[in-house]
Amino acid sequence: MPELLSVKNLKIEATSYPPGEPPKVVTLVEDVSFDLQKGKVLGLIGESGAGKSTIGLSALAYGRGGCRITGGEVLLNGRDILKLGRGGINSVRGRHVCYVAQSAAAAFNPAHKLGDQVIEASLRHGIMNRDEATKRALYLFRVLGLPNPETFGDRYPHQVSGGQLQRAMTAMALCPNPELIVFDEPTTALDVTTQIDVLAAIKHAIEETDTAALYITHDLAVVAQISDDIMVLRHGKTVEYGTTKQVIEAPREEYTRALVSVRQAKRDEAPDQTDTLLKIEHVHAGYANGFKVLHDVSMHLPKGQTLAIVGESGSGKSTLARVITGLLPPSEGRITFEGKELPKALKGRTNDELRRIQMIYQMADTAMNPRQTVREIVGRPLSFYFGMHGAKKTERVKELLDQIEMGTRFLDRYPAELSGGQKQRVAIARALAAKPELILCDEPTSALDPLVAEGILNLLLKLQEETAVSYVFITHDIAIVRAIADSVAVMHRGRLVRFGPKSKVLSPPFDDYTDLLLKSVPEMEIGWLEKVLKTRRMESAGN
Amino acid sequence: MNLRSIPFSAWIGIIGIAVALLCALFAPVLAPFGEREVVGEIWLPAGGDFLLGTDNLGRDLLSRLIYGARTTIFVALAATVLSFALGMILSFTAAVTGGFVDQFFSRFNDLMMAVPTLIFALVVLAVLPQHLWILVLVMAVLDSTRVFRIGRAVALDVAVMEFVEAARLRGEGNVWIIFREILPNTLSPLLAEFGLRFAFSILFLSTLSFLGLGIQPPAADWGGMVKDNKDGIIFGISAALIPGAAIAALAICVNLVVDWLMKRTSSLKGGRGDA
Repeated sequence: MPELLSVKNLKIEATSYPPGEPPKVVTLVEDVSFDLQKGKVLGLIGESGAGKSTIGLSALAYGRGGCRITGGEVLLNGRDILKLGRGGINSVRGRHVCYVAQSAAAAFNPAHKLGDQVIEASLRHGIMNRDEATKRALYLFRVLGLPNPETFGDRYPHQVSGGQLQRAMTAMALCPNPELIVFDEPTTALDVTTQIDVLAAIKHAIEETDTAALYITHDLAVVAQISDDIMVLRHGKTVEYGTTKQVIEAPREEYTRALVSVRQAKRDEAPDQTDTLLKIEHVHAGYANGFKVLHDVSMHLPKGQTLAIVGESGSGKSTLARVITGLLPPSEGRITFEGKELPKALKGRTNDELRRIQMIYQMADTAMNPRQTVREIVGRPLSFYFGMHGAKKTERVKELLDQIEMGTRFLDRYPAELSGGQKQRVAIARALAAKPELILCDEPTSALDPLVAEGILNLLLKLQEETAVSYVFITHDIAIVRAIADSVAVMHRGRLVRFGPKSKVLSPPFDDYTDLLLKSVPEMEIGWLEKVLKTRRMESAGN
Repeated sequence: MNLRSIPFSAWIGIIGIAVALLCALFAPVLAPFGEREVVGEIWLPAGGDFLLGTDNLGRDLLSRLIYGARTTIFVALAATVLSFALGMILSFTAAVTGGFVDQFFSRFNDLMMAVPTLIFALVVLAVLPQHLWILVLVMAVLDSTRVFRIGRAVALDVAVMEFVEAARLRGEGNVWIIFREILPNTLSPLLAEFGLRFAFSILFLSTLSFLGLGIQPPAADWGGMVKDNKDGIIFGISAALIPGAAIAALAICVNLVVDWLMKRTSSLKGGRGDA
């Protein structure tokens, strides 16, 4: 069978401009080769910076943000598309090769109706006339399982959910009947219960239309469900390239094995859960516009332990964190901390009460002032709460940096000069500097690569052992909950579904929602997707 | 920071500003003639005793230009700095506090902006006694409405960032949040605005002088000199163009320096991109 896409010795470079230094040429991708046949799916796996998106875009002969394809060949049906001129490449893009972006919400033009955007490429390339294209879009909406396919095209991007938008984008890519689609992390930004539906829809649509696909993701479990072959990438080089079965079941390289077996952080549940530190009783909360987010939520957290709050986006779990911190005063209910009721609003709390509850955010980038150095970021709580200054403060900052396993050479760096994992570590150090009794972790690892996230989780566990700090850990990732929690609260649409010790919450009998949530977590097993879709009891809502 | 890292364009700006400041500081030493001294025929061409010629009353143009640097730069700079101090503090307070304070400041600002600047200035200056500091103050207050607009917009963008929330959670007061968290992250757009506003201040001062409410003759200022000599243009005498060129040159120099500062503050190191 002839190859549809054949990439040979691809080399991609970019020029970086470090401040105060002469520009440098950086090699992003080196010597990557693969073949893809008609109707097959190749999964590109790697952490951020592995060059997987860059490689995916090279199938459209496109270099993003100053990337240049400097070597190798990209043969589409035997024709090197890198050698095509501007006009030539335009006739390939959107006709033979289409692209599905990660964030559909950002990739759709909010000012146009979805239907018009879905058929735009087909019309532009003169593949179909408007009637044919609309008919095909309708067919694709049906195949992708979108609700009310007849009227779906009349809606604007903001009127549909994230999962639906991602499927609409897939429809847009499939509409001109391309031979190849590049999926760039299409489900990464979605909730697990939504992800499973989108994944199933994409898989079904690819099979139905017999299109080949490059599927880019960092989640090996996801790619195992959908691809025929897998290529593992690291630092722009191929680590391993083989069939899905071989890569998942018998990985040859060390790095692949690490990816397959990630999540070793594990802690058994604390047996004694009586000494309560934080108690949330019948809390109701909502925003000023009258929109109520939390309904009668009660839970408690024993001292020195971890309470995991699980739920999808919109379940109110982050709102609960805001209620605990006092940023959003609850309308009813009370929060007790060490047996004393906390003032509801931030303004009513003393500095000492504030000091005892610290927070770690999901995005470490935005949680730290980009114009302060690590020394200032970590040092501020020290001078603010403890009045430290001068050498004593520096000494303590160094100690904290040691504790988070970063050296003192990071003292005078700015956040922009740190990697994602390092930034999150600095954020942890800032929280630790206040000597808190409780740290609220709002999805601290979900923006990180699996191996880096693993490092952060291990660090959090180590710090808990050393300082006996308690965590409220907000996450959507059941695997993390299994690894680190003592007690678990499952939230759904602002209500508490299930609460108790980990062993009890995560074992049957389940209520319908917990069942759905637990079953939606992709497992590294071929054929898992089909199995789950057959056995689950509840449809995920509105997607 | 080392001197080598300053780009060529910024050097031009720095030198230009330095020359203007030197003229302003040492005007009596540098100027060949007195500010108000009538030394020859009117509108003599450049050359000979008078390097740039003479003006409409026969005063030495170069001397007046040097003396004029004093008033022009002082008034424009003072007005701009004052307007920024006022506008930024009020706008940041509005953005950080929100609610009633924000509404009050913003609506009051709208009210001020609803009256055309020039008419407002004319009315106020006509009523108040003619002192230099009153002129500076009026210019600053009127200009600060523009600064308030921009300041509030950029501060609102930053105020919703998580690091500001983190500072609030720590228990920091508004002063820390305004000056340490928000201000450093809004410098780039504000600096750009500063360069522009400074140039506008010079022009506004010239306009006021032209209408007789700015710097009072016989004191020299660049805008006033343009006005004094404007009639000469009809007769092909270029005396009015010289102070005009000085205004343009100073505005360009200030903007060259501001551009460089902006690049520095928005560079990757400790920056937030091209904001």
